[in-house]
Amino acid sequence: MNSKTKGTMAGSSLFPGKLSINSRTKSTFIGWSFVITAVIMICTFYFYPMIQALILSFQSGTGTNLTFVGFNNYTRLLSDSTFITAVKNTFIYLIVQVPIMIILALFLSVLLNDRTLKWKGIYRTAIFLPAVTSLVAYSVIFKYLFSNDGLVNTMLLKFSIVPEAVNWLTDPFWAKITIIIAITWRWTGYNMIFYLSALQNVDQAIYEAAKIDGASAVQQFFKITIPMLKPIILFTSITSTIGTLQLFDEIMNITKGGPGNATTSISQYIYNLSFKYTPDFGYAATVSYFIVILIVVFSIIQFKAAGDRNG
Amino acid sequence: MVKLKRIAVYVFLTAAALVSVFPIVWMVVSATNQSVEVTKGRLIPGAYAAENFSNLIQTIDLVPALINSMKVSISTTVLSLLIASLAGYGFEIYKSRAKNIVFNILLLSMMIPFASLMVPLYRMFGSISQTIPAIGIDTLTSAVLPTVTTAFLIFFFRQSTKMFPKELVEAGRIDGLSEIGVFFRIYVPTMKTTYAAAAIITFMASWNNYLWPLVVLQSPEKMTIPLLISNLGSSYSPDYGIIMMAIVIATFPTALVFFLMQKYFVAGMMGSVK
Repeated sequence: MNSKTKGTMAGSSLFPGKLSINSRTKSTFIGWSFVITAVIMICTFYFYPMIQALILSFQSGTGTNLTFVGFNNYTRLLSDSTFITAVKNTFIYLIVQVPIMIILALFLSVLLNDRTLKWKGIYRTAIFLPAVTSLVAYSVIFKYLFSNDGLVNTMLLKFSIVPEAVNWLTDPFWAKITIIIAITWRWTGYNMIFYLSALQNVDQAIYEAAKIDGASAVQQFFKITIPMLKPIILFTSITSTIGTLQLFDEIMNITKGGPGNATTSISQYIYNLSFKYTPDFGYAATVSYFIVILIVVFSIIQFKAAGDRNG
Repeated sequence: MVKLKRIAVYVFLTAAALVSVFPIVWMVVSATNQSVEVTKGRLIPGAYAAENFSNLIQTIDLVPALINSMKVSISTTVLSLLIASLAGYGFEIYKSRAKNIVFNILLLSMMIPFASLMVPLYRMFGSISQTIPAIGIDTLTSAVLPTVTTAFLIFFFRQSTKMFPKELVEAGRIDGLSEIGVFFRIYVPTMKTTYAAAAIITFMASWNNYLWPLVVLQSPEKMTIPLLISNLGSSYSPDYGIIMMAIVIATFPTALVFFLMQKYFVAGMMGSVK
């Protein structure tokens, strides 16, 4: 990389600023030498492994003992109950958590965008603060807070909100709720900042005009705020969807996928297949292609949905 | 009615702020208390911060993990910024049809989930291990390399370069600077804000990266901070005071970077969507 850039420097400084017959080819060469390292790195660490994974997905065996098995891995997916559970769980997180978080973030940003509001900076910083914590660190904290004799249960019992301790981590239903609460806590403020910055670019005169026309706060929210923020809502829903489809750190550190497989995500299942159970890299690669397809499909759907409402 | 609504807004915002801050405050408070007190639900700061700290240093290899994380995060950040800014600049200043096609292909890599890369990457570094052990499995280099170049950062630099005045490139050329000279002498100093934002994003992501180090770093002395915290978190008889102290110390560098450079961070987040 260094020798490459040095070569460019020497080559072009021979005729600085001067046009020569082959200046066009030279400038093309210089342009490519700026981007070549990045292109090689992305090809080596993204595209090449994806091709490898595709080949692997038609192979099976333990460790390095791999043989071609055709589409066996793909048909195995359909009858693999752990895989089906992992997909189901991931979809539950996606369908429940992403909308709750986006609506909450939108709502908070509209409240905070009020010019007459006091302590705006304090509220904004406080609500954004979770986004500064590392995923592993906050997951461990949530695990302790929500354990059977943890602080959340202690508080709930103290104020008699629940008759007995809730099994936040050991009950299949509540464990999913805990994961959803945790992710919502970590990311709502992060998304809110995007909406707040976008709202600051919305002309206040539009709202004034709407008020004069007798639009209520709710109408203003749905008829002005949402349409104005549509591009950024689309952006945040795509990033949140991709993030949820790749969910790993929280699951590993809050519930380890348990109880049973009640909270397992697709990423955790791939990790378990490759590094926890007897390694079956071929099948793990097949499962991983499933996430790729999901991400592509979801991104297309979200783009289409946004485009249709636009037209 | 209007007043009542006003109160409701403040109540709601205050509740949201408290819920957001509470786990973090609890973490800091617990780091100053004995483990028994933490389990009893003590919510006021105690006098055991120093004791927790010295126990932590004596019983857990926190310092080596901090050093490993520093090495990984700093080298990732420096390399990322260099490679991505060269590319972002190259794609924008030397625009061409062919380069735009390549750029769009690179963007596709943003759709690839890391979970699907980990198996082939692990095997790739496994086979490198046999010829060049220094960059194979279980080395800090192997933890750095795959995460150094992201299409997102290239995209981010290209977007920012659109706002870079092209006349400066011409002026530099007329002053006799070479093409790479224009980049280092004019572009880099002008784009300080962009570099700052990119540095924060990259440093925080690298410091907190969990899955790839978990796969590739196997020996205990290679552990980075997230691996250490994860291990502590899954111990059967946890000493809460010590663990919370460890998490506080582990969170400190990113929190510091964030608060010192907050305005760049927001600028960076927005820059990515413009």
